[in-house]
Amino acid sequence: MSLTPKIACMFTDVFVTPFADYEFMRRALVGSLALALSGAPLGVFLILRRMSLAGDALSHAILPGAAVGYLVAGLSLPAMTFGGLFAGLVVALAAGAASRFTTLREDASLAAFYLVSLALGVTLVSLRGSNVDLLHVLFGSVVGLDDAALLLLVGVSTVTLILLAVFYRALVLDTLDPLFLRQTSAFGEFTPFLFLALVVLNLVAGFHALGTLMAVGVMMLPAAAARLWTRDLAVALPLAAAIGALCCYGGLVFSNETSTPTGPAIILAAGVVYFFSMIFGRAGGVLRLKRPRRHLEG
Amino acid sequence: MSAAANAPAIRLLNLTLGYDRRPAVHHLEGEIAPGEGLAVCGPNGAGKSTLLKALAGLLTPLGGKIHFGGLSPRAVAYLPQIVDIDRAFPINVRDFVAMGALARVGLFGALNAAELVRVGAAIETVGLVGFESRTLETLSGGQMQRALFARLIVQDQPVILLDEPFGAIDAATIDDLLALIARWRAEGRTVVAVLHELEIVRRAFPRTLLLARECIFWGDTRDALCERNLVRARAMSEAFDERARECLRDEFDAEDRLHVH
Repeated sequence: MSLTPKIACMFTDVFVTPFADYEFMRRALVGSLALALSGAPLGVFLILRRMSLAGDALSHAILPGAAVGYLVAGLSLPAMTFGGLFAGLVVALAAGAASRFTTLREDASLAAFYLVSLALGVTLVSLRGSNVDLLHVLFGSVVGLDDAALLLLVGVSTVTLILLAVFYRALVLDTLDPLFLRQTSAFGEFTPFLFLALVVLNLVAGFHALGTLMAVGVMMLPAAAARLWTRDLAVALPLAAAIGALCCYGGLVFSNETSTPTGPAIILAAGVVYFFSMIFGRAGGVLRLKRPRRHLEG
Repeated sequence: MSAAANAPAIRLLNLTLGYDRRPAVHHLEGEIAPGEGLAVCGPNGAGKSTLLKALAGLLTPLGGKIHFGGLSPRAVAYLPQIVDIDRAFPINVRDFVAMGALARVGLFGALNAAELVRVGAAIETVGLVGFESRTLETLSGGQMQRALFARLIVQDQPVILLDEPFGAIDAATIDDLLALIARWRAEGRTVVAVLHELEIVRRAFPRTLLLARECIFWGDTRDALCERNLVRARAMSEAFDERARECLRDEFDAEDRLHVH
């Protein structure tokens, strides 16, 4: 046997066979792809709005809601989803309202709300159940996605992408010049809330697959990487989604090969792409900034 | 142009504006006539920006009223003093200027050919031809100000509010922008501008409101900017009186009126 078919065979073994042979791998792939396709564009907006850490904060805020759902109904998808959604939206709304009606800025009120929320969540989970359950809530299990979870992920992804397309102009204007939007359009006041609601929705969907702590990684890392390659928003949004999808696939393959947990593997894959972009990125990478091309004539 | 013809008279009725109960503008009365060019002058902290913010409908009065003559406060084009625009945002000059069409196009409508022509004309008027595809972060301070004025042109509103539009702008740009303001006035638009440069006020604005929390003088620019008034405006105390009591002037006024009648 010559060398080429052997390598081709190895290639297939690593990159194709796991998905062909195991249904749970196929489900994991579909679920995480759905998450990446809608989450990464949201991440681009989070970065542009200087709210990179808000996603993180909101992902923690979801925990007590999911925990209450868990306390009431055990490891049940609808209960934990509804609880998480409720808690996330409450914290997003409360933080937004607190920044509008008190002297605290939005980042301060978000930090306050999510810290309380996280503490409450961990306390609630530990009231009943073992540490294994806590690990499940914190880190998810992308290889254990059932039909319902998969439908939730794909549904949230679809709704998010449609709303992003419909409210694209409002989101861009609110990010670029919020005062102008508020003065010109009655919808201006609601845009930040719509955006935060979408973020919460994606985080809630994501925590079944990746856990509360990792869901935000699929959002932020591909988005940050995409921003290092292009200055054009219309390119950055699909690019971020594509990078996210690639990282999900790569992470699943890596986790299958090394028998490591899938959630962290996907985030680590995204981390690799991010650090690569940080060095080589054409729009703001280290190399481009350190060794700029010759200046032009005029 | 279309919107210019129906500029309303804006009436301020015993208007008190402020933050957290502290008045920044105290019991202001007056009328801005349709098509008027009004400069708002006064020391720092006099409430000039606060007044413009209220005229733009972004601040609810603590007391009194603003009458827009039936027009919506959204029919106002407003250039804030500190433009809260993220210059690193990936948007080019053409798209930025096109934002001005928002009130007509809405959040979901398409920019039709007429709007695109309007955007192109506005960019030409402010002298930014050739900059259409450049991003905001590549513009100088003066060029950015020109882009903001182009957006005001596209907004095409009967009332235009400018908050210190000439800070850190060179003489040539100021001349161009003043010519633009003169054109707006010729079209029958009302222009209200907060200005510190008294020379510019004397040159381009026939009417002046001299403000130092209270109205010092509201009338013709020549009379408003006399030495006596300027000294009075300068004497205004900027600091809040921490132990200020509730203002009862409205009640006293009402009593006075009772006594008179």
